[in-house]
This record gives sequence, structure tokens and C-alpha cells, in this order.
Amino acid sequence: MTLLKCRNLTLGYGNKNVVENLDYEIHSGDYLCIIGKNGCGKTTFLRGLAGVLRPRAGKIDLCENLKRKEIGYLPQMTTTQKDFPASVEEIVLSAFQGKSLLLPFYGKSLRKRASECLELTRTENLRKECFRELSGGQKQRVLLARALCAAERLLLLDEPVTGLDPESSQNMYNIIKNLHENRNMTIVMVTHDVEAAQKHATRMLNFNEIVQ
Amino acid sequence: MLDKLFFYLDFPFVRYAIIVGTLISLCSSLLGVTLVLKRYSYIGDGLSHVAFGALAIAAVLKVSNNMLIILPVTIAVAILLLCGSKDSRACVKIRGDAAIAMVSAGALAMGYLLMNIFSSSANVAGDVCTTLFGSMSILTLKPTDVYLCMILSATVLVIFILFYHKIFAITFDENFARATGVNVSAFNLLIAIIIAVIIVLAMNLVGALLVSALIVFPSLSAMRIFKSFFSVTIAAAVISVICSLTGILVAILAGTPVGSTIVAADILVFFISYITSFIRNGRM
Repeated sequence: MTLLKCRNLTLGYGNKNVVENLDYEIHSGDYLCIIGKNGCGKTTFLRGLAGVLRPRAGKIDLCENLKRKEIGYLPQMTTTQKDFPASVEEIVLSAFQGKSLLLPFYGKSLRKRASECLELTRTENLRKECFRELSGGQKQRVLLARALCAAERLLLLDEPVTGLDPESSQNMYNIIKNLHENRNMTIVMVTHDVEAAQKHATRMLNFNEIVQ
Repeated sequence: MLDKLFFYLDFPFVRYAIIVGTLISLCSSLLGVTLVLKRYSYIGDGLSHVAFGALAIAAVLKVSNNMLIILPVTIAVAILLLCGSKDSRACVKIRGDAAIAMVSAGALAMGYLLMNIFSSSANVAGDVCTTLFGSMSILTLKPTDVYLCMILSATVLVIFILFYHKIFAITFDENFARATGVNVSAFNLLIAIIIAVIIVLAMNLVGALLVSALIVFPSLSAMRIFKSFFSVTIAAAVISVICSLTGILVAILAGTPVGSTIVAADILVFFISYITSFIRNGRM
């Protein structure tokens, strides 16, 4: 069943189009890995899917009653975030800002959901820790937990294992696999790790072949 | 010494200075955390120079209340600098730093030029020095200035408390916030306006050149010691208010310039927190 349908999609920055006239469908239950060279538009495509970047032309249709708020997005970490003074809990709870309006406090149900997401990414013991003092792998898992809080059915992951050591990468892959298999989460992942992609993915999208 | 202090506290202008100083330092430190974390500190510095230029224009035009010109001009420039480009990445990294250097130096030069050409008083150098380093202006506030300052600070405080979580989300990760449906552009606009208001207010307290110290120091000190965004925000506010009060009182008692004394107190606290964190972590 189609979950997301790109029709004639064009995305770009400034006066340059990065993705042009792309037609593509993402099905529910997919574990889709997007591979390709640096600068070929993988991240841009994901930003388009996440709704961060507006399409220049064409459309992204959400099918099967999928709503924008049911899509979780894990962007690449920025330099600002690496030394950000914030607790893990604050960061994960910030995922609900699209939902709750002017509440100065987070309700019980939201806190419960945040705990579940922390458990799913095996970071529940880090709840009170300071984000900037975590290891790269822990940081990435916390950001995945935040993405999960916002997500119900679809996860968009932008290079989730880049810069992680083999053990942390494996850990990350196991968590994602668990989400895919046991939580019926549809996964779209941008990655440079072709070997792992071939091992886990149910579908592959090679951007080198699409964009000339 | 206490007698002297109580003697001074009887004067309304001293009380005004203390009220205004507390409010301004509170507001500037709250938004300072966001500004520092978003790597916008230098924009704050540029904006204070713009406010100086606008002040010169207001002086030349002889408007009854110079806020009428300074506020809109500074807000307009803040929006241009902070929300100039649709893609935030392009705005800050590529055109940003050059644009800020240009605007801040340009505004400073034009302001001084205007003040010289259309000078109304005999002591232009003294006037300029006062606006740049705020040596006396905090002690010459009129009641209307105080009320305006109170209203603006209260507005800034209410907005900050209401949107605290949204501001955090946007500061930490603009892209993610946008993906979850937060209206990032609108909030960036709001933050730009608030920052402009704070800078204009703070210019009264410490002068145009020292405004960024008021914004940057308390949050940097707090970030050295505290580990969650909430505690950093609260600590920055507390540090800022204490430093400003100390600065104002010392300045009154010792007859030193108010702005520089406040900044000196801020620097002192920064070093204390730096050493504290150094001892605690055993590293820089």
C-alpha cells in the first residue's frame, strides 16, 4: 500500500534545483535505504519528505490517512547541538511542540509517551543527563527517541550512523530493525553504509541513477 | 557606607535606575541564552550599533520621544538580519557575518557623522561618549521612560514564558521543529523583534557598545555550570540581575560609570564560573 507519493517533485535551494521531476512511491512497511554520492540530493529529498523544504514544483501526497504529525524526522546533527546545554528529557519532550499549544508544562500522557520512546531507543537511563556530555552514539539515540515521539508510522532518518563506531552503529541498526519489525514503522534512511543497507533494507533507492 | 546608600535611595532617579536596571538585565539574559546558542551573539552587537545610529537620527530630527525612531529602525534591521533569508543556513553562514560587519560599522559611522554635523550641544564628544558607554543615561531617566521600559520588559517576559518551550525547540533544532509543525518563521520573527526591543532598552542601561556584554556574559557563565536549558535560563537571569544591581550600587557609591561597572561585575562572575567548572571537570 502506498504511504507517500511524490509526483513530479522538484526541490532546491537558491537558484539551483537539487532534485528534479522525481516520481517515487514509498509503501507502508518499507525499510527503504537511500544511497548515493555526497551532494546528489539525498538529504534534500528527505527534507522535502519531512516538510522542512517546500517543493518548487510537483507534490508529495500523503496516502492512507497519513498526517504530517505522524512523520518522525531525524536530521543530521548540527555543530550547535553538540555542545548544547540541555537535558535529554527536555530535548525529547520538545518533540511535542508541534502538538501542544501554549502549555508551560507537559501533561502526563506526553511524559509517558516520551518515556516509552526513550525505552525503545535504550536511553531511559540517560533521562537526566546533559546532552553535550553524551557519546556520539548516545546523542544519536536520544535524537531518534525525539523523532519517535513525533512519529506514529513513518520515520525519516538522515545518516543515523555516520560518525559512530561499529558497536554504536550496530546498536542503532538493531533499534531501527526492532522498530520496523515489531512496531510496524515504515523506515526511510539516507546512508553511506551500503553494506548494512543491503543487509537490512527491503528496498533501495540509488540517487546517482536518478539525478544526472 | 549603608547610610550613604540609604541617602541615595531616597532620590527617585536612583530608584528608577534600579527598577529599570533589574528589568532590562532580566530580559536581556533570558533571550541571551537563545542568542548565544543560535550563534547570533554578533548580530546582537551589530544591532546595538544600529540603535546608536537611529538615536543620532532621532536627535537630528528632534522628535519628542526618540524611542519612536530607535525602536522601529532597530526592529526592522533585526528582522532583516535574523530572518533575511528563507533558508536559515544560507542566512547566517554565507552572507551573515559580512552583512553584520557592514551594518554595524556603517550605523556607527553615520550616527557619529550626523551628531557632528547637526550638533545641538557644545559637547558633542561628551554626548557621543554617553550614548556609547551609557555613563549617565540610566541616572537621568524620566518617569515616562521608566513606564515605557516596564511595559516593554513585562511584554518580553510574558512572551518568553508563554513560548518558552517553543523557543527551546527552535533554538535546539530549527529543522526538526519545522518538521513537527511549529511555525518556525513566525517565531524567528518574534525572537528578532524581542531582541531588538531588549537591545534598545539595554542601550539606556549600559550604552550602545556594551549591550552585547549584558546579553552574552550571564548566559555564558550559566552554561559553564548548569546542564539543562531550564537551569541555564534561570541561572543566567539570576546572575544578570545580581550583577546589574551590584554594578548600579557600586557605580553610585564609587562614582564610576554605570555601564562599565555592570559589565565588570559580569566579567567577574564569568571568571568565577569558569574556574568553578574547571575545578569540577578538570578540563577547560
